[in-house]
Amino acid sequence: MSQSYESITDLHHALVNKDVSATEITKATLADIHDHEDALNAYVTVNDEGALAQAAKVDEAGVDAGNLFSGVPVAFKDNLTTNGLLTTASSKILENFTPIYDADVVTRLQNAGAITIGKTNLDEFAMGASTETSYYGTSHNPWDVTKVPGGSSGGSAATVAARDVLASLGSDTGGSIRQPAAFNGIVGLKPTYGRVSRWGLIAFASSLDQIGPMTTNVTDAAAMMNVIAGRDDRDATSSTKAVPDYVAGLTGDIKGLKIGVPREFLGDGIDAGVKAQIKAAIKQLEDLGATVDEVSLPHSTHGIQAYYILGPSEASSNLQRFDGIRYGYRTQNAKNLDELYIKTRSEGFGDEVKRRIMLGTFALSAGAYDAFFMKAAKIRTLIIEDFNRVFKDYDVIVGPTAPTPAFGIGEETKDPMTMYMNDMLTVPANLAGLPAISVPAGLVDGLPVGLQVIGKAFDEEHVLNTAYAFEQHTNFHTLKPTMNEGGRA
Amino acid sequence: MTVEPISRVEVEHVASLAKLSLTDEQAQKFTTQLDEIITMIEGLDEVDTDNVKPTTNMADATAILREDVAVNAHQKDALLNEAPETEDGFIKVPAIIDESEDA
Repeated sequence: MSQSYESITDLHHALVNKDVSATEITKATLADIHDHEDALNAYVTVNDEGALAQAAKVDEAGVDAGNLFSGVPVAFKDNLTTNGLLTTASSKILENFTPIYDADVVTRLQNAGAITIGKTNLDEFAMGASTETSYYGTSHNPWDVTKVPGGSSGGSAATVAARDVLASLGSDTGGSIRQPAAFNGIVGLKPTYGRVSRWGLIAFASSLDQIGPMTTNVTDAAAMMNVIAGRDDRDATSSTKAVPDYVAGLTGDIKGLKIGVPREFLGDGIDAGVKAQIKAAIKQLEDLGATVDEVSLPHSTHGIQAYYILGPSEASSNLQRFDGIRYGYRTQNAKNLDELYIKTRSEGFGDEVKRRIMLGTFALSAGAYDAFFMKAAKIRTLIIEDFNRVFKDYDVIVGPTAPTPAFGIGEETKDPMTMYMNDMLTVPANLAGLPAISVPAGLVDGLPVGLQVIGKAFDEEHVLNTAYAFEQHTNFHTLKPTMNEGGRA
Repeated sequence: MTVEPISRVEVEHVASLAKLSLTDEQAQKFTTQLDEIITMIEGLDEVDTDNVKPTTNMADATAILREDVAVNAHQKDALLNEAPETEDGFIKVPAIIDESEDA
């Protein structure tokens, strides 16, 4: 039923005008999700009872006309804690974990009246670019169910693309919101580091992780940012900077906007079809009055290398907490405490998580610390300085989100290195803590491609407005997936 | 830096530091894969980082301190409820020291 509404604003008006009740829209959404689950496997948990109870409350109190999210079903990535609702991070080690608190973003959306419709599938602990490392099976791309939806927020992207829901939340450590958004033809925004509280996000790499919106259009992403952004005392890194009205900033006017296109983003390793589509998008931005120049981010080509040291290093530390003692999976028949730890972790983590824990443990070990961890931390500084240099003269940086459209399920799982290259265009923004969006930029062989827009720290407004201007002059965001095999004709 | 392939012994050592045990097959597979990844990462050597300060923290301000007030969330029962094994309000674990274990 969400399918008959093009935006959150449309649905909101229908709810306010009583064309539909919160309970009716929730029932219809649950029905859509269950209809699609066989094909998509977008969810780890569908919150049937809880969602209907929340909807009944909204109907009882009356839909809040001043609150855009009142009665609107929203899906949460399953690494965001939800009080009383199973939260697995798509890992066996959390197969029975029921948090006793809500993530800050969940609290904010629920206070705004949003309905928690379910918990979406991801790569285990958000480590992956395809959802194929999930303990609960791979999610499928609604544009071609033989393809991956991308990752790690693949379930959140697929359910929005399928129009089960109009909005979901994802998390982005090295591209995990933007790449699946690109693969599914939807909008995904990774906010500036510190813009959104990470309280209740199961940590992967704490200096890189950010939570952000995944929606069918830019206005809805901005509306979601209005709800989730802002200081939270429980996340010491969350910023005290004032939160602007992101929707009000969407003028669609980009005359005189200065755009830099890094030559490194259109170089080797980028699919020819993707390149053509992105060049056309850049031409479109120029036609709308922006000035476009080629620029250089020379150290960005080392982003992947630095990321695959820093991310796993932080992960190896963060994931020490999963030991079978206080919550989650515990092995049977351990004869002492050490064996309990080892067996629990060895049985509870999948291969990709083990690989990254070991990579991080190695990078932080006595003999390797300087050559690996410190080296990468210094490269990170150089990448930040590259961005600072370009942002002296430019308002935003644009390029592709991912080097290729969605790839086939099973195609890249055998070789971790191939999988890691998916992140080459997205990790620089994480390493530098910058806001970045992926907005639909057309199809290549029937599969969606995303245009990435990166902005200055805490300048989500220019990022969103650039994406909005582009969206308003294209129809790419209105294209809908086939839910079949073989892509869109 | 000359690229020395990571050995299986090293991989098993790292796994033990991380409290992971590997099957034979896993140890073999991870040795090959980690070696490939580390070789890829070693491309960083070509970048001159002399006099470059490392970035390890992304927070945009210095830490803001909250008031030093104790808060009791009264969630003891709910928390214990999540533990795999409890007894008399405590989390139960197996013996810390196993007699058969080498010190």
